[in-house]
Amino acid sequence: MMAQAFAERLRTALPAVALTPRTESGLMPAMVITVAADDWAALGAAAHGLGARWSACWVDPEPDHWRAWVLYEQGGAYVLAQTVLDPRAPRLPSLTPVFAAADRPERAIHDLLGVVFEGHPDTRRWLRHQAWRAETHPLQPEQPLAGAPPARTPADVGYPFRRMAGDAVHEVAVGPIHAGTIEPGHFRFATVGEQALTLETRLGYTHRGVEKLAVGRDAAGLLRLAARVSGDSTVAHAWAACMAIERAAGCAVPPRALALRGLLAERERVANHLGDVGAIAGDVGFSFAQMQFGALRERWQRRSAERFGHRLLMDTLCAGGVRTDIDLEGTRALLQDHARLRAELAPLTAILLDHPSLEDRLVGTGVLSAADAQVLGCLGYLGRASGLTFDLRRDAPYPPYDRLPVRVPRYDSGDVAARMRVRLDEIGVALELMDTLLAALPPGPVSTHWEAPPAGARGLGLVEGWRGETLAFVRFGADGRVARYAPRDPGVFAWPALERLLPGNIIPDFPVCNKSVNGAYAGCDL
Amino acid sequence: MLRILHRVITTGTLTEPLDTSAALESLGIEVRRTLGARFAGSFAIRHVDAGSCNGCELEIHALGNPYHDLERFGIRFVASPRHADALLVTGVVSRHMQEALLRAHAAMARPGLVIAAGACACDGGEFGASYASLGAVDSVLPVDVRIPGCPPAPALLLRGLLAALGRETG
Repeated sequence: MMAQAFAERLRTALPAVALTPRTESGLMPAMVITVAADDWAALGAAAHGLGARWSACWVDPEPDHWRAWVLYEQGGAYVLAQTVLDPRAPRLPSLTPVFAAADRPERAIHDLLGVVFEGHPDTRRWLRHQAWRAETHPLQPEQPLAGAPPARTPADVGYPFRRMAGDAVHEVAVGPIHAGTIEPGHFRFATVGEQALTLETRLGYTHRGVEKLAVGRDAAGLLRLAARVSGDSTVAHAWAACMAIERAAGCAVPPRALALRGLLAERERVANHLGDVGAIAGDVGFSFAQMQFGALRERWQRRSAERFGHRLLMDTLCAGGVRTDIDLEGTRALLQDHARLRAELAPLTAILLDHPSLEDRLVGTGVLSAADAQVLGCLGYLGRASGLTFDLRRDAPYPPYDRLPVRVPRYDSGDVAARMRVRLDEIGVALELMDTLLAALPPGPVSTHWEAPPAGARGLGLVEGWRGETLAFVRFGADGRVARYAPRDPGVFAWPALERLLPGNIIPDFPVCNKSVNGAYAGCDL
Repeated sequence: MLRILHRVITTGTLTEPLDTSAALESLGIEVRRTLGARFAGSFAIRHVDAGSCNGCELEIHALGNPYHDLERFGIRFVASPRHADALLVTGVVSRHMQEALLRAHAAMARPGLVIAAGACACDGGEFGASYASLGAVDSVLPVDVRIPGCPPAPALLLRGLLAALGRETG
């Protein structure tokens, strides 16, 4: 088993620490290792030394003590490290000095739970603006859901953005409300003339308290919430949450349901890529492609509504399976759609890849180096355009992908053009996968009986969403109620990447850079 | 260029006529008052995501695709609330967006309609009120038109916008 070998390498790299890797059924395929809080940083350094990727970190305020978790991945093998924290004074060595990707997630944990990350290079707040006070941490169990907010929450005007000095430098502040129809966030540029020297992003505007709202919900309630963590990734988050609760409960999902989940996830991928390719073209004034891809996406969404009951595929999954089956006629309709989409994409792709004015705007714009992508742990199309091809469907396959060969596109130029090409390629791959899934849909039911596990059961869900590796951790309390839900959207790694790829580009190219990266706002703000 | 023209010609017109016979009530769209013909011919909307999951935004984008072609009705999205006749608000009002939403509304010329689109904006939806959220838009601003749905499909959004315009209040 790959995870075992990874855990063994970690053990060898840390001879001074007695590591005993073990498995826990709910947390498979990851190996679990327990360390003392004092060894947290040493373990992180060892993982870094082995070339592992920092995937996620969350803290679970269990009744007796708190537990911190960090997930490392290397070559598709996962190790999940845990340590116990004192709830009266929760402290943990920061991993940010070793893994840049841990920066904002650790700050978010501090804001919500009050865990102090010692040695964190940036002690500014992240998710907290002015709705609660610095000494209040709303996710702590004793804090009421309603909190004690002011009647009118003031704007977070005092946030200490990094400043650039220099006579010619000026700042451009954008947001939270942007010019177009887009989620809210604040961007602070330091520019000289038209050229951006730095960009700092500030999120948290769509913080809705997802993790707090999950506490006390049953499985169905949790899945409704998971489906709305990020509206463009509703299948990905719902599937990750399903996987977590099903592993926690030891629930065996029927093969047909798993195949249909794969189909839904690929449909979500195609819909988003169609929209994004059009929007990237639209952001540089190529409205022909924007309209063409907008029409393709509309037809795709209509078919989703017709066959699965929802244009964005919300609430199509349930604990133990999926809600909707597909009959022979539906299968034929989908296969025809796939063939038609392929036929329509071929000439459009030829135009997109060979249009001088488009090339002029997209090639060499917003270059994310392979080194930066690696350091920041970039996933999905963002990583694949900069040479990183990690894909759970191929590298740590879960059903139904364990039976399917998944091609993963890779480009090395790291620019907007590459991120658009990855999307186009991934549409092709998704169509192949869906054809294969539909050609051999396993017979049988599309869901199984769901029975909640006893208190204390916990599970980990990991799926390849359209943005990349999407995670959910769930721990159950009494009566089948959720005690902790920690989702992690891959968009978390996109925002720091946007900050690294923008300097040197002109401000008018920011929208297309941003769209090509497409980090989630709501998915990160929770 | 020829390839593009060829594609444009072979694509033809995809825009669908709007069936205006259906009653708004049956669609769940709630119009608070008769809004009159004040905006006939030109209606400018400033959209504000006050704490949405991004689902509503995707469907608002779809209003611009060739099938729906919102602009044929003289309705367009504008960047500044000062140019807007209506504020289209999606999502619960997160506390972190409260001030921005109020300022956008204050910047509008009066009467400055407020349209709440989507379950969260209409009644709090899946998120409701909490330490992080004020819930529905009407906890912060008077709402003139409510368009339900999670998210509302583009056709439903279109109806709601036409209702706000006063074109379809019968």
